[in-house]
Amino acid sequence: MAAFLARQAALALRARQTAHLGPSATAMQGHLRTYMNAGAPKRFKEDEEKEQLAKELAKDWNAIFERSINTLFLTEMVRGLMLTLKYFFERKVTINYPFEKGPLSPRFRGEHALRRYDSGEERCIACKLCEAICPAQAITIEAEEREDGSRRTTRYDIDMTKCIYCGFCQEACPVDAIVEGPNFEFSTETHEELLYDKEKLLENGDRWETEIAENLKSEALYR
Amino acid sequence: MSLPLTRKDLMIVNMGPQHPSMHGVLRLIVTLDGEDVIDCEPILGYLHRGMEKIAENRTIIQYLPYVTRWDYLATMFTEAITVNAPEFLENIQIPQRASYIRVIMLELSRIASHLLWLGPFMADLGAQTPFFYIFRERELIYDLFEAATGMRMMHNYFRIGGVAADLPYGWIEKCLDFCDYFLRGVVEYQQLITQNPIFLERVERVGFISGEEAVNWGLSGPMLRASGIRWDLRKVDLYESYNQFGWKVQWQKEGDSLARYLVRIGEMRESIKIIQQAVEKIPGGPYENLEVRRFKKEKNSEWNDFEYRFLGKKPSPNFELSKQELYVRIEAPKGELGIYLVGDDGLFPWRWKIRPPGFINLQILPQLVKKMKLADIMTILGSIDIIMGEVDR
Repeated sequence: MAAFLARQAALALRARQTAHLGPSATAMQGHLRTYMNAGAPKRFKEDEEKEQLAKELAKDWNAIFERSINTLFLTEMVRGLMLTLKYFFERKVTINYPFEKGPLSPRFRGEHALRRYDSGEERCIACKLCEAICPAQAITIEAEEREDGSRRTTRYDIDMTKCIYCGFCQEACPVDAIVEGPNFEFSTETHEELLYDKEKLLENGDRWETEIAENLKSEALYR
Repeated sequence: MSLPLTRKDLMIVNMGPQHPSMHGVLRLIVTLDGEDVIDCEPILGYLHRGMEKIAENRTIIQYLPYVTRWDYLATMFTEAITVNAPEFLENIQIPQRASYIRVIMLELSRIASHLLWLGPFMADLGAQTPFFYIFRERELIYDLFEAATGMRMMHNYFRIGGVAADLPYGWIEKCLDFCDYFLRGVVEYQQLITQNPIFLERVERVGFISGEEAVNWGLSGPMLRASGIRWDLRKVDLYESYNQFGWKVQWQKEGDSLARYLVRIGEMRESIKIIQQAVEKIPGGPYENLEVRRFKKEKNSEWNDFEYRFLGKKPSPNFELSKQELYVRIEAPKGELGIYLVGDDGLFPWRWKIRPPGFINLQILPQLVKKMKLADIMTILGSIDIIMGEVDR
């Protein structure tokens, strides 16, 4: 229906133009049409029919047409402008970003963090599943046996500039040690600052633990 | 216009790659005679990242996060095709619920893509207002995506045999709310744009493609349907569960830029129809096929047997592609998105050929803009709907 209306409006416009501008305009249009339809005779025929239709319409309904076209020309514009005016006075949909923030999904994958158990012991057992799955190969892990016989990492580096934030490390981790937290504002001025090491990751984990634990808890139902 | 006298001072203009209405980094070398376009040569490759080669060095699962970078405005489609290819290759069934979730996501993504086509298209024609209005609606779609997948654009949500996680509680109601809201939005766009005389003057009869031409140039998607050919892979191929919903293929017979605009507007409405039906009929059950999670080596083991091993976590690197090849395709908002996948009994695909709709549709551009005015290039290029991330890959 909308399509039909649009075509109708276009036809009306064309008819009005030919009426106002006289034969020179028609000639120009004809010229243009031959250009546009080079190699498409079918289209040409259709156009002829359309033009014919427009002429007939103009003849039959001349008086009503003339009036309605003029109003049409303005009404369409006015209708659009009314809409914009309406939104001018409505509530704004934008937010003032650094001061206001939109809601964040519990599934959001932001800055990485290494978590600890409640006892303060780090969770990571250096199974290297995250290193194996990482599509961008952003994670580097080295592990050694600790004095108490447990297996722990000696080195856990993430190159945040390589990371594509796919969340596979989080999904692969069997002990929920590496997670992608809700923080997304960690831009720095130098590249080096984004090469995170274990210390930095553990610090992130301490800082964001409340939010991360909350998110993991709400997500546990779905995964 | 083609007088030999004026032919002498042809002007060669470089449009792009940094031109704001080049939709990314497309470069057009345009030969002008006054304001008439004599010749046009598109130059591609400014956004080439070797996506096909990257695929050959990753398992399918590892490649999944990359694919949203092809067509970053219709992200779900790239993911869908990436999981569909190995699914068809290995004949993996997906549960109904997963299929429905996929359909909902795909259609939301289609709307998002068409919206971000509409805004810049109108901006190319000189209308700024719709550009801001479409972002308002698109924002809601992305909020829905974020709630379900965790990310707004780079979702990484589809998995082989299902989806990564079930829809969160309350998502479905929000989705329905969005549908109702969005239908009003479409009415507003129509009110603002469709019958606007300035808009009509600029798009009517500009960039005409006949049906025959469209087929011969290998066009697909709205470009093809606007030329009077009722070809929609959702109807033709019956992938996912599209055959369970009532909807119509949108098409126009005129084949000009206006027809393409109308097709896309119509498709947004149809997508809403599909989403509403899918959301209402969405079945329960698992959201992924657990069978896929196990190692492929022990395929003949009995279920829950000692040999039968589930992988505890989803990103299984051990998905082996058998030595077969196939071509899969889906109807992306821009056209037919296809993958030609060759397996080699290894973890990595031997060949991963992408058939991007934008790239194929862009071919017709030089022919369309010839003999038109300079300002029509914007209209025509806009109506083709390209994304350079996908064209260059």
